[in-house]
Amino acid sequence: MDGAGARVNRLPRRLLIALAVGPTVGLAVFYVWPFVTLVVEAVDATVIADTLGRSSTWEVVWFTAWQAVVSTVMTIAVGMAPAYVLARYDFRGRSVLVGLLTAMFVLPTVVMGAAILALLPDSLDRTVWAVIGAHVVFNLAVVVRVVGSLWEHLPTDMEAAAATLGASRWKVATQISAPLVRPAVTAAATIVFLFTFTSYGVIRILAAPGTRTIEVEVWRRATQLGDIGAAAVLALLQLVVLIAIVSWSTVAQRRHAQAIGLEPTSARRRPQTVGERRFVTLIAGSAVLVAGAPLVALVVRSFSTPTGWSTAAWTGLGRTEIRPGIRVGVDPVEAVVNSLGNALWATSFAVVIGASASLAIVGAGRAGRALDGGLMLPLATSAVTIGFGMLITFDTSPVDWRASWWLVPVGHALIAVPFVVRTCVGVLRSVDPAMGTAAATLGASSIRAWWATLVPYLWRPLAVGAALAAAISLGEFGATSFLSRSGGETMPIAIEQLLGRTGSILQAQGFVLATLLAATTVILVVVVERLRPTEAERAER
Amino acid sequence: MATIFVVVAGACGSDDDAASSSTDVAATADSITLVTYDSFPEADTSLNDALAEFSADTGIDVEILVAGDTGTMLSKAALTAGNPEGDVMWGIDNTLLSRAITDDVFEPYLAAPITDGSVDIDPAFLDLVPNGEATPVDYGDVCVNYDLAWFAERDLEPPTTFADLVDPAYAGQLVVQNPATSSPGLAFLLATIHEYGLEGWQDYWSQLGANGVEVVDGWTEAYYERFTWAGGGPTPMVVSYGSSPPAEVIFADPARNDAPTGVIEDTCFRQVEFAGVLRGTDAPDAARQLIDFLVSDRFQRELALNLFVYPTNAAVDLPQEFIDFAVVPESSRAIDPAVIDAERSRWIDEWTELVLG
Repeated sequence: MDGAGARVNRLPRRLLIALAVGPTVGLAVFYVWPFVTLVVEAVDATVIADTLGRSSTWEVVWFTAWQAVVSTVMTIAVGMAPAYVLARYDFRGRSVLVGLLTAMFVLPTVVMGAAILALLPDSLDRTVWAVIGAHVVFNLAVVVRVVGSLWEHLPTDMEAAAATLGASRWKVATQISAPLVRPAVTAAATIVFLFTFTSYGVIRILAAPGTRTIEVEVWRRATQLGDIGAAAVLALLQLVVLIAIVSWSTVAQRRHAQAIGLEPTSARRRPQTVGERRFVTLIAGSAVLVAGAPLVALVVRSFSTPTGWSTAAWTGLGRTEIRPGIRVGVDPVEAVVNSLGNALWATSFAVVIGASASLAIVGAGRAGRALDGGLMLPLATSAVTIGFGMLITFDTSPVDWRASWWLVPVGHALIAVPFVVRTCVGVLRSVDPAMGTAAATLGASSIRAWWATLVPYLWRPLAVGAALAAAISLGEFGATSFLSRSGGETMPIAIEQLLGRTGSILQAQGFVLATLLAATTVILVVVVERLRPTEAERAER
Repeated sequence: MATIFVVVAGACGSDDDAASSSTDVAATADSITLVTYDSFPEADTSLNDALAEFSADTGIDVEILVAGDTGTMLSKAALTAGNPEGDVMWGIDNTLLSRAITDDVFEPYLAAPITDGSVDIDPAFLDLVPNGEATPVDYGDVCVNYDLAWFAERDLEPPTTFADLVDPAYAGQLVVQNPATSSPGLAFLLATIHEYGLEGWQDYWSQLGANGVEVVDGWTEAYYERFTWAGGGPTPMVVSYGSSPPAEVIFADPARNDAPTGVIEDTCFRQVEFAGVLRGTDAPDAARQLIDFLVSDRFQRELALNLFVYPTNAAVDLPQEFIDFAVVPESSRAIDPAVIDAERSRWIDEWTELVLG
């Protein structure tokens, strides 16, 4: 946004402030304040000493770390082959496979937990291996996308040269390719580690009752034991670890960054030899199996009862009676209604806040970047911490908002706004400032020029952002598990409660809800992919 | 809707004159929410009929909100103290009462019929609420129950003591509730602490764990989903109530005249349940009226056959099945509430490490 055009197009300060005030106040009230409250509540020497002095704390930290490391290593190990195949080869069904892996990544955590639960034999249920399996399937898309996007544009001439000089395939892979993709692998590993380190929904559904990551322990201490102080200390401890890891990864990526000329277009080609064709088929086939089987199992389990196939769980959704008059206290049908209502409001909040934030960010210089960074913060904070902070902050008059219907959608919006902002800002930045200059030259006021040249470009990214926000709201579990009240359970909460029961009809109803939620999420992702400008369109602009 | 509005039964013949004395309340047509645990029936029982009569008489609709097991319900209430999910809470027991009081969950209120002496109640119950923080509404004993037929089929003598439960002969046969989320679970943990002492219970639970004890979150799940007799589950022993056997006789289909389940008297722990006005309710008057009704003869006489607990109202007669089949242990275990209050969270922590960790 440098140059004469930008200066001519500079918006009046008042308009920028008006645009920025909503997002800023929202962030301050619903993120910064709860977060500060959490820190203040925790900064009490005895609670810190008590919590850190308890051996169970370190057992939880240790478990959190090792399951995250194992999950990350396994995800990378499993993901490299499909990443390579998808980056280097064109084959029929390639886009379907990419879509499938992406869909797995955006599935709500509880749905992924439910799907793995549905797939695994009973003997593996409630074990740490089930958890790690879920983490691998979940995060395959990260490896495929992050590593694959580099691999795809990596020049093949070095590998070809090495092969010509007589290097074996293995030697080419280890000596040439591996160092080149290493920064991408580090980046992917960091992302996977962060996701699995803060794993919550998957653990709540899949792990045995005593299995706890820090995230689960925060929830358990706060809501089951009423031990707010220890929960806050744990939430902060987790944050410290996350910051350390992100810093390390940034440094590591910079150190291993190498100047390589990336090809602007992809080097994908169709597999040529029989060996290549077999290799591609094997890898792509396995990837489809790994990603698809849990989804199929989910649907299958929603129709299965101990006495055979039945649509009872679908048609009788909401019949949760155990004995006459006695119900489990969670109504699946009501959960669907609650989730839809929450998603509607969360999406509205996120779109309004995200749109004005995006316009402010693009229009303002340094202050805009600060706002941009600020709005990303909730994404870096665990959802459990956000929900917990909000619960203990908004509990006294005049801000006793615990019973307010809008608190849950606001929590969801907080997590969704960064996605809306990211989709919008990119598009807005790419609008040629010359258009604004032209408008101004033709006599339009700066606001008119802005409105006529920039705002029309906003609708499509906003639609993408809205779909993402809806998907996030429908699947959100961490913050909701703190903020939802009895009778206000959302679909993910209901899924967790129903799958935690042993009654077969209750379980089947949990799988019905998970199937519905998975289908909705996949539809939203398809909408997003359709609406996103293609590479060709982007080049045009 | 998970919550059922108890419909005011217009034609329902009221046998007392409460209706006329509270017409002013009826005019405001209040609706209040009774927050309760998940084994409290939401509809279709005589207990709900009694609540419908209350609504007909007073014009106060009672909506029932199930908030999970007692421990979960209390945790939610503590986090929402002052801005509660309902107006009256039913079912906080003596093992958790002190936490409810510390967390300021209740607006102190002791039912007026108890205060004015029109309802007769054992003073021992009132000692638990010296400042009238809440109203004692029922009591019972938490004991290990067993499936008589299951043991008979295997020619196995059911256990009779805590020590028996760690005998390999009974491996994998007991399901208990998590004391962090369930009040019978906590009561059972306290019973073991009472038996083995502050230094010995951990070792006992290690042995129970080694003997394959199963842990679930709540009573409803344990009894109706895991227990061989009531739930068709795999586990022939369950932590439940001394009054569970008569329940099995009453609900037997086809009818039977002997109890299919037994009680290990040695394991029984006394539990007293309370109802209280939730602090922050916007209908405190209606909430108090409901508490008064909860100790009335009309409501208390329904407790035995619906919740399988004993009424605290001493004037209420027990059904014959109860007299015949319920087990009231000669000496029920109890631990000083002050000690429970001071140690509960540490015990639960240690238990979690030991059994789930």
